[in-house]
Amino acid sequence: MTASGAEAALFWVLAPLMVLAALGLLFARKAVHAAVCVMFVMVGLAILYVAQEAPFLGVVQVVVYTGAVMMLFLFVLMLVGVDSADSLTETIRGQRWLGVLLGLGLVVVLLGVIAQAAFPPAVGLAATEELTNPVALARVLLGDYVLAMEVVGVLLVTAALAGLVLTHRRRLSVRPTQRVLAAARVAALPQGSTLTPLPAPGVYAQNNAMDTPALGPDGEPLPHSVPRVLRIRGQERSATAVLAEEETLVARDDLRLLGVGPAADATVEQVGDPVATGTTDAGATDEGDEDGEVR
Amino acid sequence: MEITHYLGLAAILFAIGAATVLLRRNAIVVFMGVELMLNATNLAFVTFARIHGDVTGQVLAFFVMVVAAAEVVVGLAIIITIFRSRRSASVDDVNLLHS
Amino acid sequence: MDTQTTMQTLSLAPWLVATPMIGALVLLVAGRRTDRWGHWLGVLASAATFVVGLVMLLDMLGTPADQRVGTHTVGTWIDAGALHVDLGFQVDPLSMTFVMLVTFVGTLIHVYSVAYMDHDVDRRRFFGYLNLFVAAMLLLVLADSYLLLFVGWEGVGLASFLLIGFWDGKRENAVAGKKAFVMNRVGDMGLIVAMMLLLATFGSLSFGTVLPAAGEGATAAGQGVMTAIGLMLLLAACGKSAQLPLQAWLGDAMAGPTPVSALIHAATMVTAGVYLLVRSGPILEAAPDAQLVVTIVGALTLLFGAVVGTAKDDIKKALAASTMSQIGYMMLAAGLGPIGYAFAIFHLLTHGFFKAGLFLGAGSVMHAMGDDVNMRRFGGLARLLPVTAITMGLGWLAILGVPPFSGFWSKDKIIEAAFVGEGWRPWVFGLAALLGAGITAYYMSRLFFMTFAGRRRWRPDEGSGDDGAPVRHPHEAPRLMTWPMIILAAGSVFLGGILALGDRFVTWLEPVTGHAEHHEPVLPVWLLMTLTLVLVVLGAFLAFRQYAVAAVPVEPPPALAVVRAARVDLYQDAVNESLVMRPGQYLTRALVYSDRTAVDGGWLGLAGGIGRLGARLRRMQNGYVRSYAATMLGGLGVVGLVVWVLAS
Repeated sequence: MTASGAEAALFWVLAPLMVLAALGLLFARKAVHAAVCVMFVMVGLAILYVAQEAPFLGVVQVVVYTGAVMMLFLFVLMLVGVDSADSLTETIRGQRWLGVLLGLGLVVVLLGVIAQAAFPPAVGLAATEELTNPVALARVLLGDYVLAMEVVGVLLVTAALAGLVLTHRRRLSVRPTQRVLAAARVAALPQGSTLTPLPAPGVYAQNNAMDTPALGPDGEPLPHSVPRVLRIRGQERSATAVLAEEETLVARDDLRLLGVGPAADATVEQVGDPVATGTTDAGATDEGDEDGEVR
Repeated sequence: MEITHYLGLAAILFAIGAATVLLRRNAIVVFMGVELMLNATNLAFVTFARIHGDVTGQVLAFFVMVVAAAEVVVGLAIIITIFRSRRSASVDDVNLLHS
Repeated sequence: MDTQTTMQTLSLAPWLVATPMIGALVLLVAGRRTDRWGHWLGVLASAATFVVGLVMLLDMLGTPADQRVGTHTVGTWIDAGALHVDLGFQVDPLSMTFVMLVTFVGTLIHVYSVAYMDHDVDRRRFFGYLNLFVAAMLLLVLADSYLLLFVGWEGVGLASFLLIGFWDGKRENAVAGKKAFVMNRVGDMGLIVAMMLLLATFGSLSFGTVLPAAGEGATAAGQGVMTAIGLMLLLAACGKSAQLPLQAWLGDAMAGPTPVSALIHAATMVTAGVYLLVRSGPILEAAPDAQLVVTIVGALTLLFGAVVGTAKDDIKKALAASTMSQIGYMMLAAGLGPIGYAFAIFHLLTHGFFKAGLFLGAGSVMHAMGDDVNMRRFGGLARLLPVTAITMGLGWLAILGVPPFSGFWSKDKIIEAAFVGEGWRPWVFGLAALLGAGITAYYMSRLFFMTFAGRRRWRPDEGSGDDGAPVRHPHEAPRLMTWPMIILAAGSVFLGGILALGDRFVTWLEPVTGHAEHHEPVLPVWLLMTLTLVLVVLGAFLAFRQYAVAAVPVEPPPALAVVRAARVDLYQDAVNESLVMRPGQYLTRALVYSDRTAVDGGWLGLAGGIGRLGARLRRMQNGYVRSYAATMLGGLGVVGLVVWVLAS
């Protein structure tokens, strides 16, 4: 049986891409890239399932594989370390050519077997699915294979428990109490720690973003009030720039209230610029803050 | 286009997955290779279901998916446990049972 | 109780075996605690058995002749599919004859042993073995199946082994016991094979089933099978009864205490073979070839034993050779068929008495002469040991077959029966028996004259006579020893006559052996009798001339080759060694060698090869998961390839 023209087009477009993506799994140095490639293959498979009169499986494929399994892979990759790249030098003698040989041999053998086999004329699933594909599946699954279905359910529960048990870690030290933590903070005072929480970011008339430092009682900006990550990335705005901006805004609002100022749109547009300038300013201050806070 | 071309695609994907298992050392990538092999067989199942006009093939593919999901849970848990103790996700490092 | 008999005392049969067995168990299990009174318990057990046997005998005499055969079944012994064996006892004139012989002579020997073994620390153990011997022999003769008989048969073998090697502190004694045991094993193998053949042919081992069916068995199973059974039974009998070619152990068995020799020769051991053949009579009659072989073996052994007896200087070994010869007579008779059975048993009975008497007499002489057995050192003892001399003399006349002593009535009948028949057989067997009688007369007279007549070849005290001669203080044995000898001597004199009058004994055995038509021998009876007597007198006269009138040299004089051969038992040990022992040793060595090289080498090589292969394969176990995965995938590839090739 030959497929319809549309299906053939879909296949010939998708199949090479999927093979390429699969090769990406084989050759990508970074595990994350490999995972993305596999995800592509799986989505492609889902599409092919739908094309092959298996819409239910197509949906399940997306939900289970791309949705659950591959996400789990990504989580684990995050845990293990996203950035780590594999060394591709082979350590086991002869393993590389053996692997290549076996891979190619397998392709040849499997294709040979498929080419050799005499398949009956394909009948398609239209006859069996007098209702819909999920219903037809359910009839078989909950009819002939109900016992297997239950057993698989047990297997899933067992696997969930196994995941819990295997990843469970027993505490090796005593859980620190509040008193211990407080004592530790007091003891850390000479190293520049503070007992109180760090100051919140600055709150201004027009601006309460995380990247603006607060002003101390003395009117000086407090660098600690900006989150450390922002400071490291150099995305901190300087308090003076914010203040200057406030000044201009206040002045313009006064004019607008008098009815002589520019349109409100322009003010919005202008807000972005000082940010950019602020970041360039903050670049220098960040260098000094490297050995920064506990924030 | 013949329907058996799907089987050809399944064979190629299966072989690539197998080669991944043989050639890569990162346990997670190896695992993904295994998943790829399972998916390839699923494709073959679905294709056969279509050829024979019998949804049982799809049911089997469904079971494969479920079992694969369970396997992933346990396998990844094992990988994490090993990573915690050995700070490595390379399958070549896990040969402690070999004297 | 069996219904086909009117014997009231049939159920006593198990006690005949149990009584001495209990005695043996008490003596052997209780150990040293019974040392003080153990020998009397042994005598009591044996005597009680005799009393039980006597009661049964009287009861049997009181029943009509056709109802004297009975079996008493105690219960099922073995019930394994086709094999069903009852634990049963055969009570008939034949077994009762043996019971009386064994218990009566056995009891006398027990009494004799009390005195003879007086100084032995292990006397209690000795009596335990004696009781075991009697019990085993009674089980042998009372068994109602070949299998139960075999138990007794083996028990006799065990007891003889224990008793021949009783003084096992000396190596020769232990070796002699072992020799008897091993040679008996050869015979036992014959009995085992015979039992297997019987079971295969008749499906049973019980006398009651097998013997009546023997005639039809010959036609059903073929003459060959019956001949094989007969020959195997003969082999068994040869082992137990010391017949050619298994005769070699008997001479060495003299290593045991003299009462044991008496017991073995008169009552319990060597007679078992004759019993087996007579009991199996119907089987032998169904196999004439086997029967002929029995006769030939009997004739050969008769002459063999007689020739050996003429040259032996050891008083016990001379008597042993005589036993061999006399059992040969019995085998000869047993091989002649129904006309011979009764005479074989009759001779066995009379022989049991006079041979026991002679052995006890020899024991008495040894007792007097400080355990010396060399007759060349005896001489002139008649005056000093009057009771021994008279009892042995009566036994001597009995074995010579001088009328009217016991031996005359039995041996003469055998010679007469040997002359019955057609063709060459009567002449060959008859002349052999006749010649045997003459030689018997010569060697028994030689024994008697060398011991009791002539000049003494020992010194009563230091400083008198020949300096080389040993100093001896001969004295008559105590009464406990002499009385058994007197009783046995009386039996030697009268028993034969009493039982022979009016063919009483033959009639008595008829329920078992069957009625034999009277056949005329090829020579007239009066002529045979005369010839026998002439030969006997001639032999005795020759011995008188040589050993009573002429001086007996202390050292064996140089002699003809045949005499030298007879002195070493006609080279029986050399023959056994070269024909059986050496080839056996070579075979064993060859087997050991081939086992080491071919079998062991093959398997060890295989194991080593597998080990090396394993070491090679072990390298594949490098601990890398990916290598293992490669192997699995390779296997998958091979499977796929096979599918591909098969499909194309």
